[in-house]
Amino acid sequence: MALFDALREHDIDARAAVPGDEIDGSLPRLITLPADTQQVSTILRTAAADGATVAVAGHGTKQTWGTPTGAVDVVVNLSRIDQIVEHQPGDLIVTAQAGVPLAALQASLGASTQRLALDEMVPGTTVGGLIATNPSGPRRLHAGTVRDLLIGLTLVRPDGTIARAGGKVVKNVAGYDLCKLLTGSWGTLGVITEATFRLHPVPAATRWLTAHVPDHDLPDLLKSVMHSQLTPSAVEVDTNDSSDGHTQVAVLLEGTPGGVDARAREMTRLLAHGADQGDAGWTTHYPFRLGGTQIGLKITCAIGAVTGVARRARDLGLHVRGSAGTGVLYAAVADEADLTSAHLQTLRAEAARAGGSVTIVDGPRAVRAALDVWGPVSGLRIMHRIKDEFDPDHRLQPGRFVGGI
Amino acid sequence: MPHTPGPTAAVISRLQSALPHAAVITDPTRLATYDCDGLLHYRVTPAVVVLATDAEQVQLAVRCCSDAGVPFVARGSGTGLSGGALPHADGVLIVMSGFRTIHEVSADDQRAVVDPGVINLQVSQAAAPVGYYYAPDPSSQQICTIGGNVAENSGGAHCLKYGFTANHVLSIDVITPDGEAVTLGQRAPDAPGYDVMGAFVGSEGTLGIATSVTVRLLRRPASVHTLLAGFRSTDEAGAAVSAVIGAGILPAAIEMMDALAIEAAEAAVACNYPAGAGAVLVVELDGPDAEVEHEASQVERLCRDNGAFEIRVAADDAERQAIWRGRKSAFAAVGRISPDYIVQDGVIPRTALSEVLHEMKQLADERGIRVANVFHAGDGNLHPLVLFDETIPGQGELAEELSGAILDLCLSHGGSITGEHGVGFDKAPHMPKMFSADDLDTMQLVRCAFDPGGISNPGKIYPTPRLCGEVPGKRKAAHPLQQTGQADIF
Ligand SMILES: Cc1cc2nc3c(=O)[nH]c(=O)nc-3n(C[C@H](O)[C@H](O)[C@H](O)COP(=O)(O)OP(=O)(O)OC[C@H]3O[C@@H](n4cnc5c(N)ncnc54)[C@H](O)[C@@H]3O)c2cc1C
Repeated sequence: MALFDALREHDIDARAAVPGDEIDGSLPRLITLPADTQQVSTILRTAAADGATVAVAGHGTKQTWGTPTGAVDVVVNLSRIDQIVEHQPGDLIVTAQAGVPLAALQASLGASTQRLALDEMVPGTTVGGLIATNPSGPRRLHAGTVRDLLIGLTLVRPDGTIARAGGKVVKNVAGYDLCKLLTGSWGTLGVITEATFRLHPVPAATRWLTAHVPDHDLPDLLKSVMHSQLTPSAVEVDTNDSSDGHTQVAVLLEGTPGGVDARAREMTRLLAHGADQGDAGWTTHYPFRLGGTQIGLKITCAIGAVTGVARRARDLGLHVRGSAGTGVLYAAVADEADLTSAHLQTLRAEAARAGGSVTIVDGPRAVRAALDVWGPVSGLRIMHRIKDEFDPDHRLQPGRFVGGI
Repeated sequence: MPHTPGPTAAVISRLQSALPHAAVITDPTRLATYDCDGLLHYRVTPAVVVLATDAEQVQLAVRCCSDAGVPFVARGSGTGLSGGALPHADGVLIVMSGFRTIHEVSADDQRAVVDPGVINLQVSQAAAPVGYYYAPDPSSQQICTIGGNVAENSGGAHCLKYGFTANHVLSIDVITPDGEAVTLGQRAPDAPGYDVMGAFVGSEGTLGIATSVTVRLLRRPASVHTLLAGFRSTDEAGAAVSAVIGAGILPAAIEMMDALAIEAAEAAVACNYPAGAGAVLVVELDGPDAEVEHEASQVERLCRDNGAFEIRVAADDAERQAIWRGRKSAFAAVGRISPDYIVQDGVIPRTALSEVLHEMKQLADERGIRVANVFHAGDGNLHPLVLFDETIPGQGELAEELSGAILDLCLSHGGSITGEHGVGFDKAPHMPKMFSADDLDTMQLVRCAFDPGGISNPGKIYPTPRLCGEVPGKRKAAHPLQQTGQADIF
């Protein structure tokens, strides 16, 4: 194996893949464990010379996401590139390598009462995986998503070129914002090895309020919550209890203890329906099981259309949960036979009318192979051209992303 | 009249036959009014100006250019401070300021859909009756356009808490440089596929022209608290800023002015800031009442702890405006204390503030040139105003050189050469100091994907255009300023 020998010559930890190394059901040829960005570059350069296809792995928590692909030749496992490079509490920034688990990063930042204002929706997620797939949870209402917090990155292009974009300061408009382009690019443009994020202080007080709201009251209630000046950090809904015609609503208030107290009183009044401090642990879990065992959808729509879209999804037998405050919902399909291509189309049409879209997040490989994972994509032509520029030979995660990218 | 090259002449006649008579300007005196943006010392007269009022006209103009390989430049209100809208001598300047309808303001969806020529402030004005506003508020908000904001990823005093244009745009309709209309993003967040919209924002007109923008509207805060604190020195004021951030408080805005900037503002608008102040801070907190009240008392205490000798709190809107007046007038105000000045825009990590200000003073003293400082202290975005007198031989060059040295200083502290004014034409030569050749090459892969022929606002951002694979050997001519020796690419 020429590739293998070439890598060993550069002292890169590489081994032949063995059963158990499968990615989304297919066995790659080679597993590599680079120690730093330079080694990632060497691996990619060597793979390029060999015409080998490459996939990136962190902790492998989202390998059943996206369109299933054939076997790749080389896996670049970033779990050893796992240092927190720099945390400047006074500047509210942190630089971390791609293999750092989000939980470890948060724990470290927490010591300075700071946080990366993102929810860990997929346990075990690493910084690199977070950027590549851009998952989000309830707090996106407060601080947005990865794209809003990522201010700099180091990228290794498929030919091995190392490039940096952005910087270490929050405010910076020098050059194109590749951080946004790379966020949610599913490893198809390059391998991210290091990232700098903007941080937020951990609020002194945090409180969830929950209410069991009759469905016919939901639209007006959500409207009044969203139109209030109580600045909730999250407004979540869950339709699990829909059998009795109710929706669970959870609102997160964060701030100073006195401020949260005052707002909680007003918010309780707005929520009515016996709203109380409650356990809202469900808000940071997708409604579906992860790991390719259940179909999970992401449904986006305009904020004002959330109740309508959620109702339509529920009527199709889906369990819907997510951010009513931003129009980003997730849905679980109880039985894969329930989600026909016709259902998906109905849902997509409904979401499109409301300015959004429906994608399949997780699910059994066969389902993701049979159904259109991404749905209609606006701007696909320019996306193909971007892919062609970054990865002319289509060797990075070929076929996993929109339009066969 | 200057000689117009063949392809450009052909484009002009095509534009004239396809567009309304009044929409195509070729009269040299009228063309001259478009020869620069807010950065007055670079001037190039465009071959032709198109006053576009809808997307079809923009598309037509871009198609004409694309077919003929002629460059085009979009222009909003021309308030840019980096020469981003500087025309191309052989190209078409597409002026967007007449393309300005607000199509929708939805409180339910917290969205507005606007034409690119809509003035920034008008979006907030349109949303005010339903209790909403558009957060990015550049100081130029009364005149700059949303399209220009998108192109520059503009920020404002309140972006410390609320972020920049990029954080508030959901969807953009674009005419790509080959003349195709495409929608990037969607009304809901997280459109599937690459976040091409994210890359378009801040691309300074080099990836095509925005013809419709969907923005996020925010609910008006219940309470706004504005405080003015006078300090003996910028060191003290800087320490107060660090203390506020260190306390976990994220004000909507923290602005600082030094003694010279205060002197200028006093001369211009008599803002009546605390007498004898070596620096003032304007701190604005907004949000729910109880929160704001609590944080306001904390901020006040932290200011006093760090040496504030006078603190004023705005009791109402009029007093708030009075506090802001000095700050907002600062750029123009330095005209009162200096015949000429350069507005610089650099970023440093906030924690380096005090060190950088001292080093900057040293650089200025060494050259015998004064620098007034007005800046967004919360996020380390400095706006040093380099004061000089063009009539004194050599001063202009010296000021220019100092202005560059200040950017080097920002970079040496891990900062950026621009926080909000963009790279444009002016700062393209500085890009290689901040980014490696490989970094710049990688950014330009996006350029090649959109505009392999390099006709969309050529000569901006990147000092050396990347040759895109699809059009080998098709090199753009040097910028007219280079040709005439007025500017150098290094
Ligand atoms: C007094 C003053 C204060 C300022 N304060 C701030 C501030 O606080 N924050 C800040 O960020 N900026 C500030 N600026 C800079 C400037 O106002 C902003 O960059 C603004 O966004 C430019 O808008 P414009 O409509 O004037 O654009 P123009 O100057 O006309 O153009 C700017 C760039 O945008 C491109 N462009 C314009 N329209 C489009 C379009 N529809 N599609 C694609 N590209 C387009 C142009 O090609 C050019 O590259 C200030 C400027 C002045 C003069």
